[in-house]
Order: sequence, then structure tokens, then C-alpha cells
Amino acid sequence: MSAVGFIYPQLCFSNNAIISTFPGTASMLSGVAAAAKAKGYKDYHVLGIAGDGGTADIGLQALSGAIDRRDKIIYICYDNEAYMNTGIQKSSLTPFGAKTTTTPPGKNIRGTLTVKKNMFEIIAAHNIDYAATASIGYVQDLINKIQKASLVDGPSYIHVFAPCPTGWGIKTDETFEIAKEVVDSGLWYLAEYENGEFTLNRNPREFTPVENYLKKQSRFRHLLEEDIIEITEARDRKWERMRRQWNKN
Amino acid sequence: MKAIRKFISGDDAVAEAVRLASPDFIAAYPITPQTVVVERLSEMVEDGSLVSEFMHVESEHSALSACMGASAMGVRTFTATSSQGLLYMAECLPYASGGRFPIVMMNGNRSVALPWSIYGDHRDSLSQLDSGWIQIYVEDAQESLDMTIQAFAIAENAEVLTPVMINLDGFLLTHTYELVEIPEKDIVGSWLAPVDNPYAMNFDNPRNMGFSSQPSDNTEFKYQQHKAVEDSRKIILETEKSFEQIFGRSYGGLAAGFMCDDAEFIIITLGSVTGTCRTVVRELRKEGIKAGLIKIRFMRPFPTDEIIGLTTNAKAIAVLDRDISFGYEGTVFTNVNSALARTHNDILKMNYIAGLGGRDIPKESIREIFKELEEGLTTRPDKAVKFLNLNVETDEKYSDSEDNSTQHHREGVLLWS
Repeated sequence: MSAVGFIYPQLCFSNNAIISTFPGTASMLSGVAAAAKAKGYKDYHVLGIAGDGGTADIGLQALSGAIDRRDKIIYICYDNEAYMNTGIQKSSLTPFGAKTTTTPPGKNIRGTLTVKKNMFEIIAAHNIDYAATASIGYVQDLINKIQKASLVDGPSYIHVFAPCPTGWGIKTDETFEIAKEVVDSGLWYLAEYENGEFTLNRNPREFTPVENYLKKQSRFRHLLEEDIIEITEARDRKWERMRRQWNKN
Repeated sequence: MKAIRKFISGDDAVAEAVRLASPDFIAAYPITPQTVVVERLSEMVEDGSLVSEFMHVESEHSALSACMGASAMGVRTFTATSSQGLLYMAECLPYASGGRFPIVMMNGNRSVALPWSIYGDHRDSLSQLDSGWIQIYVEDAQESLDMTIQAFAIAENAEVLTPVMINLDGFLLTHTYELVEIPEKDIVGSWLAPVDNPYAMNFDNPRNMGFSSQPSDNTEFKYQQHKAVEDSRKIILETEKSFEQIFGRSYGGLAAGFMCDDAEFIIITLGSVTGTCRTVVRELRKEGIKAGLIKIRFMRPFPTDEIIGLTTNAKAIAVLDRDISFGYEGTVFTNVNSALARTHNDILKMNYIAGLGGRDIPKESIREIFKELEEGLTTRPDKAVKFLNLNVETDEKYSDSEDNSTQHHREGVLLWS
């Protein structure tokens, strides 16, 4: 953000806005929220946006602290599954198998070896007031969740899946389709956590093939049949657990 | 002026000052030897004597990050840290000064690991000398209280808008009990103007802050920041004068001289060791030696003119540094040397590295320094840096006239009879 849309003197927001340090999104939000309270403001929202690296890696500690304190902030994780600002490096939200510039697939290692960190349930484990997952492929669902978060008297967290055409090797006009397909194939899910309960917002009877989703993106083009089977099996295990343990609507 | 007197520690004195200044926002994370400050503040919030948003942050990085968020909203903010904590928040220090957030932070000066040490020296704060903060160093608990109150006035002044770090020597000051005069809250409240930051976020005229700059304008931002700290000298002196008028105490501006007018041999200090040095200077004066003392109170902005003025008649000076910039010399010495290079190239300048990791600096060692300054006028040692009371073998020679210099170092103290 600071590198692309917040360069003096061309400042792009018509509301109060500030760029935090990389690890400090949540802590700076906490400070803003505390000051708003001290000033006795009534009608306001304190909202922050950070990427997958800023959320799940370097900013995780500050985010955990803010939720623990029950600070009245809305935190949005914009997850494009790698450090894209610096040019496609692996984060802990990069999925298994994906090619990045720091996980180059070759003869010995086939891309990212770790699986995507389960941020949604990590956040929920804080017993947060409201948490949700979303995708820009399901826009109305995302809007509903932001509206819901805005009514919470405490911390809320929305984890938004958002493709990066350059980083993923897709065309710009395929972004929406990919963001929808990731949900339809079951590799991402739309869910909420509130009042201590998980709810699946979308529970497809049948998934679209994982292979179709992966093959459209050059970051997965090197994957072998066995890798795709592994990804599919992991998906099925996750859905089996979610369907067994979570509410469905 | 009405005030009460209490027997309290340096940490307590800072907490009392914060209660009197009544910041809207406090971020707290504990670290020895600062911990008492945040404990006292939380007690004050609990008993209602301090009304403030008190935030239990999960790290020092978040402490300063949250202070920046609150300060961006235009409220008075305070936090406190020490040593490893200061280094952990290091990213936020230039961020806060570059963002011109008038935060006040107490730092309990403590050694930095490795090796671990909870005891005092100045390597923590001096390592952050270039972070853009105004740095104050105090000598006792009363000065801690007075300067913490003044720090808010300096930082929040519209011409300054720069964060202020107030440094207390770990344990020697943070945990030593002294009689401290605590003014009434109402009087401090009427002396200390409310925060009125014209650049803070507001709903009528929204602000975009924390932006990026291009090579075409970065220098101009940095120049303005530099100018604000340079110009803060005037505000610091005005603040001290106005504080003195109401509260009756002042400490001598950016650098305070003691018996410097005709002094030939001057020791230059930072922080709590000043008291010991003052005692020695008094003793030496009785013995007919023209000794003097300069207590540096602000490391940024640096008291260049004050030091030049106070050393007018000096033949030799010694800077007592509770830090070492490895591979060079003590950082206070570097700064003093640079100031004196303009006008005082002919005088002997020595640097004594002392009191690292909480080691005591006894009176005898201070006397020894003065003796070496006098000897040095004839021996003209080729090395300026000397570790005081060093207990390891060294083949370094500070004097080419003494065969027993190695023995001298090992024994550390050579009494001046």
C-alpha cells in the first residue's frame, strides 16, 4: 500500500488514514481505537487492512494482542498468498505446492512444502467476537460480513481471499473467476465464527475439480499427479472435519 | 506553591509525573528496571487518581506502535521501556519522530545483551541517538519527576512535535529512594497546556498519514525534522524557565556546568554518576585543584555551544561514557569531541569507559581521572580511550612514561595522595 497508493503528495483517501509499520497494523489500530474512546467519539469505525505476510507472519503477535484486549477494531486480511509487494515470496499463507520466487520448483523441491496456515481458526481460538472468511469471488457475502463486523462492539477479523494476477500467473480478467472457483473447488471456504460457534456459509454438494483450479495458474503448473492427489485429499479431510464439527447454513 | 514530599524511587517519581500530566493514552509492557512505572500507573488507573486509556500491549513494538496510533488522533500519550525493549521497538522510533508524533517515553537505562545484564549503562539509548528523538538524561528522582512533566510540554509544542525520551539510570536511579517534592495536580494541569496538534486526524479535515516519499522530497522532510529538533533548544529553555517560575526548580538547560568558570580540568557526565563527580570536584577544589564538571542533560539536541562555553579555560577534559561504540570510542565522547573540534583543538581530551553493566564508579576512580588529566598535559597519551578499572590483561599503553602502566590498569585505582 505504502509503495503504490500512498505516495506524497498524491494521497488517495478522503477519510483519515495512516500506514503502519509492517508488524504494527493491529497495534496501531488499537492506539487509534483507544484515542477515539478517550475523545468520547460515538459514530466511527477503526478499520485496518494488511496482507497475508503482514497478518500471518510479521503482524501475528500484534494482532493476537489486539484481539486478546478486545479492542474495537475491524481487521481485514487481504490474502493473495505471498509477499507480492516485494515480488512473490513465500508467506505462511502460501499454499502447498505453489511456486514463488523463494520456493522455486526444481528437480529436488517442487515449490512450497508447507501447507497454508489456518489463520481463521487461530483467530477464532482467541474467542474473538466475530471472525469470517470471504473471497472477492463472492462479493455480496464479503459485503455482508464487513457490515456485520461494523456492528461488533469488540474486535472482528475478516480473511479475504484475493488473487494476484502477476504472482499467480493468471490474466487480470480471470481474477474474479479464480476467486470464485477456489471456493467452488473447496480449496477455500466461506465461514463465520461468532458466539463461540463456527458456521459454514457455503457447503457445496459437489466440488469442482481441484485440478481445473490449479492448472489455470502458472504457479501450480509444475505439480505432478501425486501432488494434486495430496492437495485433494487434504481438502477432503478438512471438509470432513468442518462438516462434522461446524454449523451449516 | 503547594506540594507534598514523599520518599520514593525514580520509577515512582516518573509515575507520579505521568499522573500529574494525565496522558489520555498509556501503553504498558513490563521490563526490568522500568516495571515499577507501569505497576504504579496501573494502580493509579485502578484507584481513579489517573484517568487514562491504559493498554496492556503484548510487546514494546506494539507499545510504541499503539502510541503512534493514539498520537495520530491528537491525544497525549506515554509509554516506558528499557534496554532490550527499546531495541525491540527500534523500528518504531524513527517512525514516531518522522511522523512527528509527540510521544513521551521513559527509558530505564540498562545494558544490552549479550551477555545479559539487567544493570545499568547507556548503550541502549545511545544506540538510538540517531532515531530523531529528543533525549533527556536525569540525575535524581526529583529531576526525573520534573523533566517527565516538562517532556510533555517540549514534545507537544507546535514548533517541536517530536517525541521525547527521558532516561533514568537503571537501579541507581530507577530503584533508589529519595525525598521528592510532588506538586499538586491542579497546578501542573494549569501549567501544562492541553495537547493541540493541528496535524492530528480529525473528521472535518481528514488526514492521510504515514505516507511514502520520493527522492525529490525526502530530503525536505528530513530537513524539517532536523530543524525542529535544532529549534527545540529554545523551547527547552523557555519550558525550564516557565517551570521554574511555578515550581521553583531548574537544572541548567541542555548542559549544566559546575565550577567550570575557571576550571582547568573538567569531567563530562551523563546521568546519575554526576552526583559522585560533583562531590569529587568539591573535594579537589578544597585541595586547590581547578576542577569542574559538565552534566550533559540533553544528548539531542546536543549542547554544542554550552560545552564550548563551559570549557573556555579548560586545559584537559575527560568524558565519562557508560557505553562503548566497539571499534571506536564512547558515543558521548564522539559528540563532545566533535563539538570541541571547532574551537578547542589544543586541549587534552580523554575518554573513560566506565560503569558498564552496572559496575560501580567509585569516587577514587573519579579522582584518578582528574590526576591522569593533569599528568596527561605533559605525557600527551597517544590513545584517548581508556576502560576504567579494567580487570583483564591488556598491553595497551595510555602513557608512554610509565613502565608499570599494565599493573596500574589491573589494579584499577591509583589513589591520588
